[in-house]
Amino acid sequence: MELKSGTRLRSATDSTEVIVVRAPGEPVDLRCGGHPMVALDDEAPSASVEAGFDEGTQLGKRYEDDGSGLEVLCTKPGPASLSIGADPLHIKGAKPLPSSD
Amino acid sequence: MNIALLLEMAAEGAPDRVLVGSKQDGLTAAELLARSRRAAARFVSMGVEQAGVVDLNSEAVPVALFGAALAGVPFAPVNYRLPDEQLRALVARLAPGAVVAGPDVEPRLAGVDGVDVLPRAAFLDAVVAPDEAVAGDLPFVDPDEIAVLLFTSGTTGEPKAAVLRHRHLTSYVFTTVECLGAGDDEAQLVSVPPYHVAGLASVLTCVYAGRRLVYLPAFDAETWVATVEAEGVTQAMVVPTMLRRIVDVIEQQGATLPSLRHVSYGGGRTPLELIERAMKLLPNVDFVNAYGLTETSSTIAVLGPEDHRKAFASTNPAERTRLGSAGRPLPSVELEIRSTEGDVLPIGERGEIFVRGEQIAGEYVGRSLLVDGGWFPTNDAGYLDDEGFLYLDGRLDDVIVRGGENLSPGEIEETLLSHPAVADAAVVGVPDPEWGEGVGAVIVLVGGEAATADELRDWVRERLRSTKAPTVVEFRDALPYTETGKLLRRVLRDELGGSAG
Repeated sequence: MELKSGTRLRSATDSTEVIVVRAPGEPVDLRCGGHPMVALDDEAPSASVEAGFDEGTQLGKRYEDDGSGLEVLCTKPGPASLSIGADPLHIKGAKPLPSSD
Repeated sequence: MNIALLLEMAAEGAPDRVLVGSKQDGLTAAELLARSRRAAARFVSMGVEQAGVVDLNSEAVPVALFGAALAGVPFAPVNYRLPDEQLRALVARLAPGAVVAGPDVEPRLAGVDGVDVLPRAAFLDAVVAPDEAVAGDLPFVDPDEIAVLLFTSGTTGEPKAAVLRHRHLTSYVFTTVECLGAGDDEAQLVSVPPYHVAGLASVLTCVYAGRRLVYLPAFDAETWVATVEAEGVTQAMVVPTMLRRIVDVIEQQGATLPSLRHVSYGGGRTPLELIERAMKLLPNVDFVNAYGLTETSSTIAVLGPEDHRKAFASTNPAERTRLGSAGRPLPSVELEIRSTEGDVLPIGERGEIFVRGEQIAGEYVGRSLLVDGGWFPTNDAGYLDDEGFLYLDGRLDDVIVRGGENLSPGEIEETLLSHPAVADAAVVGVPDPEWGEGVGAVIVLVGGEAATADELRDWVRERLRSTKAPTVVEFRDALPYTETGKLLRRVLRDELGGSAG
């Protein structure tokens, strides 16, 4: 699918929602729970979470894919996990900065 | 990426956490979101294209800010302290719009064309009404739309409207703050006014972190100290003039402020002597020096608590100096020092600070200031040391050109401030028949102390060099500052320019 910065998506398998923070260089097959993610306003189809894609998403964490450069932010968590095809996205390690304002 | 997403995520993860007001009866995340949606529906139904606040700090600020964001219209906080004529002219620039105003301001805005004035109490009452039906009809907001318009303080002329888009502000928050990363006992005291970029940024960062916002309607040092104690405040951001008055009150009262864990300061030059006093008085507090501009979505460099402690404890003068540094640039911000010819300067050389990054807006209404590939010229002078720490050296416009030599007021001011009889000092260019421009100093003496003009000239000459010694020295009871702590150099330049002839 073609993803732009700011695109919001929901999982077809669980409550997970994400927003694209950094768009990938090329179209990617972004999945949650092993099934392609759908537009935020789509009716949530009730596909079931596939084995191996059930590690969960965490609110406010950023997930990235090194290959394509895709980075998404989890805006609503769920029990399924994110992947590009079969390759899992990993949490972007971020060192929080001391609060300054 | 709408800035309202920050609140939606906080409400998703911690709906019952109090985000605004007192721990007992403040607004929870879910309630703040519900009220912001009702405010948005109201702005949409009124057909406004700008929504503002012309008021002291109150919970109306976050409600109107997120309400405007959800309605897809820019939020514009305006300085209510401006004289009537200027205030009305600024507010008129928001037409067609609506502004929330407190009881003192409301009558001053009567009859501004195209702008509806919403009394604060009525605005806040109306968003409590359980009118849920409207919530679904809010528009889609593109990340590239304008989230906030902030008027510059106009210390050098007609106020300009700085533009911050949703993508700038969300990028700033996503890269610097962990979602709901604050403990549920954390509370931030906000005493900078809503029209200051730090006042605005504190709403966004605290809401996203899940940290309760406690507002001082307007700054006053005694009330600040009393509120820290009464509300169990753990964090605060202050500008240097506030820090000085707070430190004075803490000393007078012998207050210890046991709940306070974290204080950030910035928004103007902070004398070393002041931060050292503050660290001595509050040894358990983490201090953070933040450097940022309105046009950069707030902070772009920080000197963190460990840097402070290390510098404070050091007897090595080079390390000690670091207490006066603005710290290192954020990992998400690129920073370069450039010469007037545009070349990138090596370590240690003074030039103009340029920054680039996703949070950098660098834009006024109708005009982007970004150059070659997104770099923003800050108009601030500074240099980097060999470990990447940034040192600020005033505004480029403030440099004094004495017979071809560039003199930086900051260095001379620091030197004057290190004199035991000097409480405050400002250095500006004065007309000089021989050198074109000369050094003028305006001095505030410590109560009960004395120093002559010649004594202060010698003090500077011995520590810097003779060209930096002020030719004109005037003594005053106080220096002119804006209420957010910016020194009004233009006022001093005008005054000294007349007398120096």
